[in-house]
Amino acid sequence: MQFVTPLLEGLKVNLEILVVSTLLAFLMAFLAGFGRLAKYRVVRGITLVYVEVFRGTSLLVQLFWMYFALPAMHVNVSAMAAAIIALGLNYGAYGSEVVRSCLLAVPKGQTEASIALNMTYPLRMRRIILPQAWRMMLPGFGNLQIELLKGTSLVYLITLADITYKGMILRSANISQQSLIFAWMLVIYFVVAYALVLLIRYFERRAAVGRG
Amino acid sequence: MWWDWNYAWSIVPELLRAIPITLAATLEGFVLACLLGLPMALAKRSQLRWLSWPVTAIAEFIRCTPLIIQLFFYYYALPSFGIVMSAMTTGVIGLGLHYSTYLAEVYRSGIDSVPRGQWEASRALNFSRGHTWLRIVLPQSVPPTIPVMGNYLIVMFKETPTLSAITLVELLTTAKNIGSQSFRYLEAFTLVGILFLIMSYPSAWLVRKLEVHLGRRERRAASHGR
Amino acid sequence: MDVKRKVEESAPPIVRYKGISKAYGDHQVLDHIDLDIRPGEKIALIGPSGSGKTTLARLLMTLEKPTSGTIEVNGEQLWHMERKGKLVEADEKHLHRVRGQIGMVFQHFNLFPHMNIIRNVMEALVHVQKLPKAEAEARSLEMLERVGLKDRTHHYPSQLSGGQKQRVAIARALVMQPRIMLFDEVTSALDPELVGEVLDVIKNVASEGEMAMMLITHEMDFARDIADRVLFTDGGRIVEQGPPEQILEHPRSERLKLFLARFRRHFGDSADVMTAVGLE
Repeated sequence: MQFVTPLLEGLKVNLEILVVSTLLAFLMAFLAGFGRLAKYRVVRGITLVYVEVFRGTSLLVQLFWMYFALPAMHVNVSAMAAAIIALGLNYGAYGSEVVRSCLLAVPKGQTEASIALNMTYPLRMRRIILPQAWRMMLPGFGNLQIELLKGTSLVYLITLADITYKGMILRSANISQQSLIFAWMLVIYFVVAYALVLLIRYFERRAAVGRG
Repeated sequence: MWWDWNYAWSIVPELLRAIPITLAATLEGFVLACLLGLPMALAKRSQLRWLSWPVTAIAEFIRCTPLIIQLFFYYYALPSFGIVMSAMTTGVIGLGLHYSTYLAEVYRSGIDSVPRGQWEASRALNFSRGHTWLRIVLPQSVPPTIPVMGNYLIVMFKETPTLSAITLVELLTTAKNIGSQSFRYLEAFTLVGILFLIMSYPSAWLVRKLEVHLGRRERRAASHGR
Repeated sequence: MDVKRKVEESAPPIVRYKGISKAYGDHQVLDHIDLDIRPGEKIALIGPSGSGKTTLARLLMTLEKPTSGTIEVNGEQLWHMERKGKLVEADEKHLHRVRGQIGMVFQHFNLFPHMNIIRNVMEALVHVQKLPKAEAEARSLEMLERVGLKDRTHHYPSQLSGGQKQRVAIARALVMQPRIMLFDEVTSALDPELVGEVLDVIKNVASEGEMAMMLITHEMDFARDIADRVLFTDGGRIVEQGPPEQILEHPRSERLKLFLARFRRHFGDSADVMTAVGLE
């Protein structure tokens, strides 16, 4: 148990990154999800490039690029900011596919009925399409949330003092107990992941209330 | 200018030399994941609880914890149990095991998508269990999963940079080494990104084509009253 | 039940289609259609599937854009507007204003599955017509009572039968008080035993309203009962039109004769049978 306290100390960094980059990822997912369906070709083009670049390269490469390569362009970002931006933009790109496909999965008849009731585009999105699409998005977002959590473990490689970093420090001081230290790291991650799964299930249940 | 074209061109050959090992790790890991995923899927949906429960738990554990820590465990901790593996072997096993839990889910959805009537017809024709699985169920459940598996191949390819954490000299490590020699990171890391894009984008496009093709075949089969 | 009312022959039309064409690529769905609908008039559109009847309604509901031609609603251009003395393509604001006079009921109901019945009916009253909530609720309840579903207000659409769903959809469209209502094959997706309740509601509405109606239907008996005028469309044109007795009993064109004969030969004259086989 002596290892758990320092590991949890490091976990705080991961959770901070998790929360902020999740918010960023949500923002990007919706912006790009709607952008992919925009009326204007330019908007569609720009979002497509964003999505394909971030989905087509690797998260760790993006992390390194933000941290090591950006300074060459005289953009200095802290390791923390690089982590949040890379994770947020990366999972935002994946999330945008969830948003886009779920918006498209709402039956066309719903849009037609809204037009027949003379609803404007914003009203129809807000009251009719999004609530239905949101419910379909939750499982996809849930999977991405777990992937994002796991992704936070990579920030160790850009010098952040997260749980992995703490673990490696502990390991060098207690080399004979390294299996135990690694095992604890895995267990802690699993507990957090499981808590997230329960949270997501709660949201899914809530979204399903009243509907057969 | 921040960007030096001459320098960029000069490091391309060295980066290209790292591609074979990156691809090898991807492919070997993928084959392992495919091989492990099937028995895992069968065990997870088995009626025998002493089999299904632990396999499900282990798979969930592997799936919900980060690959990098798993790799550290295999690479640094296993030798104290007398298991010593090279970085490459560790990487392939780590990658393969991690993604076998994803592929197990893919197989499972494939198996579950075989209509009940197929099982009932096999029972009615008095096929043995083995015959039913090998000749009826699996041949029907594998084709629809092929595009999804293709997607995971690409996902695994993009995951290989994580193997740099256990000193495997793949694309990202090579770029980092190049960068640290000249203190120029922009060109090296940008080129790595571009190389990933160049290799993953056409594959993703192929997978999408395959998906459309299979979807069409599926519909044709359905319209022939399968 | 005779629900027909005298239609003012001389009144200006509530809807006027002028040279309306619609094509999807090479496929011509509507070919220079001219059609006037007078206020309060009930017209029924019959014809083989793909003859363009549904498209005619969808163009009026602004769900699809005509390739050429104009539509006027109550004397005002629908798809066009005047700007600096010239007719230009209508913007969303213009469409929004004119569209308020039109309502539509769909083949597949298109109820909002995430809202209960009363919310389905109230939604547009509150958010489009901006009525106070209490008033919107009172009017919605009244309308649900009219279609016989007052005891289902807090159910969700998934808990209703097809016939009940379609009655809710009718209430939802009616409560907006459109000047013309479009019914697009509203019984085609229903089980045969549920068709009657929906047709009764529509007949009821037809008997008391000043509202014009466009009914796209395969229910010939229903068309005969309710319509002031029946139009037979085929190949994107209105081939023949007139009072129901004339069109259904004494068809003149060969195509209409063939259409009606095929109906009777294969399916008898029973509307139920035609619905049962899902004929479009």
